[in-house]
Amino acid sequence: MKEELSRKGAELAKKQISFSASSAPLRETVFSFLGQCLTIAQKDLRAEWRTKEALNASLAFSTVILILFSFALDPNPEMMQEFSGGLLWLVFLFAGALVLNRSFAREMQNDCLDALLASPVPPSGLFLGKTLANYALLMTLEFICLAEFGILFNVRWLANVGPLMLVMALGTWGMTVVGTVFSALTVNLRLREVMLPVLVYPMMVPVMMAAMILTTDLLAGTALGPGNMLWVRVLVGFDVIFTLLGVSLIDTVLVG
Amino acid sequence: MRNRVLLLLTVAFAVLITWNLKNILLGLPDEARQDAIFRILYFHAPAAIVGLTGFGVGMVFSGIYLATKNLYWDTLAASTTEVSLMLAAINLVTGSIWGRQQWGVWWAWDARLTSMLVCWLIFAGYMMLRRAVDEPNTRARLCAVVSVFGTVNAWFVYKVIEWIPRLQHPGPVLSFRTGGRIDRQLETPFFWMVLAYLLLAVILIMIRDRQESISREIDSLRRLAHA
Repeated sequence: MKEELSRKGAELAKKQISFSASSAPLRETVFSFLGQCLTIAQKDLRAEWRTKEALNASLAFSTVILILFSFALDPNPEMMQEFSGGLLWLVFLFAGALVLNRSFAREMQNDCLDALLASPVPPSGLFLGKTLANYALLMTLEFICLAEFGILFNVRWLANVGPLMLVMALGTWGMTVVGTVFSALTVNLRLREVMLPVLVYPMMVPVMMAAMILTTDLLAGTALGPGNMLWVRVLVGFDVIFTLLGVSLIDTVLVG
Repeated sequence: MRNRVLLLLTVAFAVLITWNLKNILLGLPDEARQDAIFRILYFHAPAAIVGLTGFGVGMVFSGIYLATKNLYWDTLAASTTEVSLMLAAINLVTGSIWGRQQWGVWWAWDARLTSMLVCWLIFAGYMMLRRAVDEPNTRARLCAVVSVFGTVNAWFVYKVIEWIPRLQHPGPVLSFRTGGRIDRQLETPFFWMVLAYLLLAVILIMIRDRQESISREIDSLRRLAHA
């Protein structure tokens, strides 16, 4: 184990040297950066796969919310047609907050975050790696929730499955990027569990609104067209702007 | 010097607001469709203009803090954001009163209204974050990031709203945006009111800034005494 770790450390250091060398061609720099991101993502996913703590908790939580919705609303077909997109994204959002909260909090034990920051991986690589891992976890969670939702509330989501996947992919990316930045930002706070939702939910309003409207349309059988293209633009714009902002500010958040 | 400037600004504000209020409440005729309540426009819209600008200015101060690491700029950013938050609250409350009279409801879930509420919530989160972190440098750093994220978000939402075709909230009316849909007689007091709000904001920011600077000094003295 120790040998493997030291070998990996040496590999990472080598990557960092090629990363910082100015003579290295751009392609190599980009590839080594992506390699670092993937290493972090892999590490996070492996840790999650071995414990399954965030995934299990958020799955159980999302099922409870889905059941509670059936008491809050009369789940008849007309009602579901009107509300399904909103309900679904609310479940994603609440359950997702559990995953996002764990993302950096997991690194607090044994000062792992300091070790990660001291490693040759730049903070932006750490951030993108963690975002990728969270994205994979959230997408998994969402697929399971979507299937559950379809069964429990009798919603036919397979009819428009292609565009629905696109909306889920774009919406989840926006949610993950903003969530991961704020997970890093709140990780050292005393009131971490409270501050994360208070700060992050209002930030996510544009992406949530667009995703909810589009999902409701798609589940009701309306295809993507000129009428709702505006919201796809909102999703893409939000994703691009906040990914760039996150990558450029994460250094400030984590290191100072 | 600082006190003199503050006094001068306060006197200017007092004169301006008295003159403005006289004009708006006594000088202007009632609007054809809205009757007397239209006057709330002079309190509602300038608050939004100055408040949203304030969030932007707060972001600039936060940016300067991140570049220089001088806590003075963080104090200024915090004061500006706090005053802007108050102006946003004035905007929401006056809008709600107008809505009750004109639409019959205190709140309509229109994109413009909702976006202002969300903006308010984001910066209320900023103020909560300030209370949640004790160490001044960490606080300044994290708050600066939230300020940048919040302002970019508010700007993004503002742009999106311009794309949405139909809204319940009235659209822009000022002549430089629409080419003269508002009468000059009604528009001139509006600009004076923006100036009055601006003066008020500057005065309050100066006062808050001084309070924050003093509290920072007390804090550092306390740390020194305990060290």
